[in-house]
Amino acid sequence: MDMEFSAEDMTFREEVRRFIAENYPESLRAVQEEGEEMAKEDFLSWHRILAKKGWIAPAWPAEYGGPGWSATQRFIFSEEIAAADCVTIMPFGINMVGPVIYTFGTPEQKAHFLPRILSGDDWWCQGYSEPGAGSDLASLRTAAVRDGDDYIVNGQKTWTTMAQHADWGFFLVKTDRELKAQEAISFLLIDMKSPGVTVRPIITLGGEHEVNEVWLENVRVPISNRVYEENKGWTCAKFLLAHERTGIAGVARSKRGVEKIKAIARSEMDGERTLLQNPFFKRKISQLEIDLTALEFTELRSLAGEAAGKGPGPESSLLKIKGSEIQQRITELALEAVGHYGAPYFRGFGEGDNEHAIGPDYAHRAAPTYFNARKTTIYGGSNEIQRNIIAKMVLGL
Amino acid sequence: MDFTYTETQGMIRDTLARFLADTYDFDARTKMIASEAGRDPAIWTALAQELGMLGAAFGEEHGGLGGGHIENMIVMEELGKVMAIEPYLPTVVIGGGALTAAGGAVADHMIPEIIGGNVIIGFAYAEPQGRYNLANLRTSAKKEGAGYVLNGHKSVVVAAPWATHLLVTARSGGSQSEADGVSLFLIEAGLPGIVRRDYPTVDGFRASEVYFENVSIPGGALLGGEGAALPMIEAIVDTATAAICAEACGVTERLHAGTLDYAKQRKQFGQEIARFQVLQHRMVDMFMEVEQAKSMTIMATLSLDKPAQDRMAAVSAAKAKISQGARFVGQNAVQTHGGIGITQELAIGHYFKRASMIENQFGSADHHLDRYEMLTLAE
Repeated sequence: MDMEFSAEDMTFREEVRRFIAENYPESLRAVQEEGEEMAKEDFLSWHRILAKKGWIAPAWPAEYGGPGWSATQRFIFSEEIAAADCVTIMPFGINMVGPVIYTFGTPEQKAHFLPRILSGDDWWCQGYSEPGAGSDLASLRTAAVRDGDDYIVNGQKTWTTMAQHADWGFFLVKTDRELKAQEAISFLLIDMKSPGVTVRPIITLGGEHEVNEVWLENVRVPISNRVYEENKGWTCAKFLLAHERTGIAGVARSKRGVEKIKAIARSEMDGERTLLQNPFFKRKISQLEIDLTALEFTELRSLAGEAAGKGPGPESSLLKIKGSEIQQRITELALEAVGHYGAPYFRGFGEGDNEHAIGPDYAHRAAPTYFNARKTTIYGGSNEIQRNIIAKMVLGL
Repeated sequence: MDFTYTETQGMIRDTLARFLADTYDFDARTKMIASEAGRDPAIWTALAQELGMLGAAFGEEHGGLGGGHIENMIVMEELGKVMAIEPYLPTVVIGGGALTAAGGAVADHMIPEIIGGNVIIGFAYAEPQGRYNLANLRTSAKKEGAGYVLNGHKSVVVAAPWATHLLVTARSGGSQSEADGVSLFLIEAGLPGIVRRDYPTVDGFRASEVYFENVSIPGGALLGGEGAALPMIEAIVDTATAAICAEACGVTERLHAGTLDYAKQRKQFGQEIARFQVLQHRMVDMFMEVEQAKSMTIMATLSLDKPAQDRMAAVSAAKAKISQGARFVGQNAVQTHGGIGITQELAIGHYFKRASMIENQFGSADHHLDRYEMLTLAE
């Protein structure tokens, strides 16, 4: 038992750090610093660079295009990506539907979709939640009825993140009226350009257009686009949720977030002292940092378990719960730290705008980011649902 | 990076777990505690001579198995699972740790005695005015001829009533809280002038207030440099703190498991109370604290040989988290049990008592948060 990085790991870290320094797009850095809403191309530019390098899908098996890294290397990679403030790679293709396809898909599905996920040619979205099916996901009502070689799909999905950019979506649909909830669900891949698909924006508290409603009206989907057996889609869904949850801990990004709060607290004055010298604020930071260390080592133990052949199991719910709580606390402290300048609302200054920014740069996004982060304990299965999962699957209750 | 046990480490854990399952059930423990001596010396002898367990953490040159901090972690976690009152912490972790750090003839002589089960050590470091500050000492060691004369009062010296030796911190120079002038001595427990007031502790151990009244001790009792022992004492106490973190893992794991068992059999409103979601989520929160305690214990244990600043920050992070977790798990175990949880009848209440004492042993959560901040968040 040891927690030292080997010489090879250190070399690897150097290699990753150098690659990011030499290849991360300057233009993207500028957009990030301005606090502008990211365009599709902004996300994709970095995606394509990593894809070209063969580093876009760290967790994929080598035979499907993964880099064949150890758990430690993946951990190092995520740390470096976060430390350099790189934009998040959209998880829907790489972390979510990709693993479902290489685990449950047909040879044709693998051959067609996996390379396009890696390259970024297809942007994916997730059609899970419905207006009447949130935490009770299995009660979804979107229905697929067979018609020759196709399904005809009707229904409405919601909270569909980045669907406005999506080429493809993976959808949970009901394929049987008689069977009970979980046994009547199938996992369909739907071309978002199909006739009958309508995407409508939902604007969230920070003013962002991040999520959407997706309406499906008599959408034709070839049966060959169903992953795994009919009425066995819940198996894919559960597998995907477990995969989604491991990345959701977000340890490396949160570490970076804590560093940023410390920097803010060092420059904000609180009377004659800095905010970091205020014992109450300092205590919140130290407690946060310690809780993050506990999460980090819990994730490392879980990764070690994975390396020893145990897949991400129900204990990944723990990572989701603690990870999301910490992400929220970071945004909470940032908003608290900026004081008055949490209030001015704007989305950053566009090109040609020569007005001075209001308040310090680090304050601009504090409130919208805080509002936005409320999603973390709700999405991916709310934290209450995660507790149900642990209660049932781990504690046997 | 590797979080697995070696084969030998796995064997140590399994052997010890089996032995404790046979010898240390709740009734057996209760009888030991209620006995005149407050312990069953045969257990300590068996741990030493039948299992070789007291040598797990010592080097082979002293007759040990060649282990170290990780072996202490394994042993302490298992001892925690049965709330063992064996003096492993003060004797092996603390006394053995001090001897290993000091080295020399005294280590060559004493370590094999510890491994053989012939020695029990009480760690006399706390004082009524000192709280968790290791340098805040009124106990004095005055040079006299080739030796020293000890005077002072040490608080709550666990295992002192059983001890053959005492490991004593004392001031050989400097003012009351100064870093310089602190010395460490290993002395025989029966020397003239050592006066003890013995008592049981709430969690089943025996301890003493120890008074030194002009106790003459030989110069050879000094471990480390005269007046320069504070860094070594800090390292030893950090090692001990990591060890009780491991013990806390065992204790809280049993608190959680016991609560689950109880909730599955206790019926109210016509059903098992384990079916109530509010209790399920509470038990999940307890589970998460136990898991995080394990993670933090590993983190701290693997940091013990790092440079002092890093070691201290790691140990304080772990102890702060585990003190909070132990309180949460302990209180909710009792709450879920209801009335029966606050009686002496069930083991659960006794685990709660041990968990509550671990909270403040070697420093409360607040103390360790303070130290963590001093080390990592100073301007």
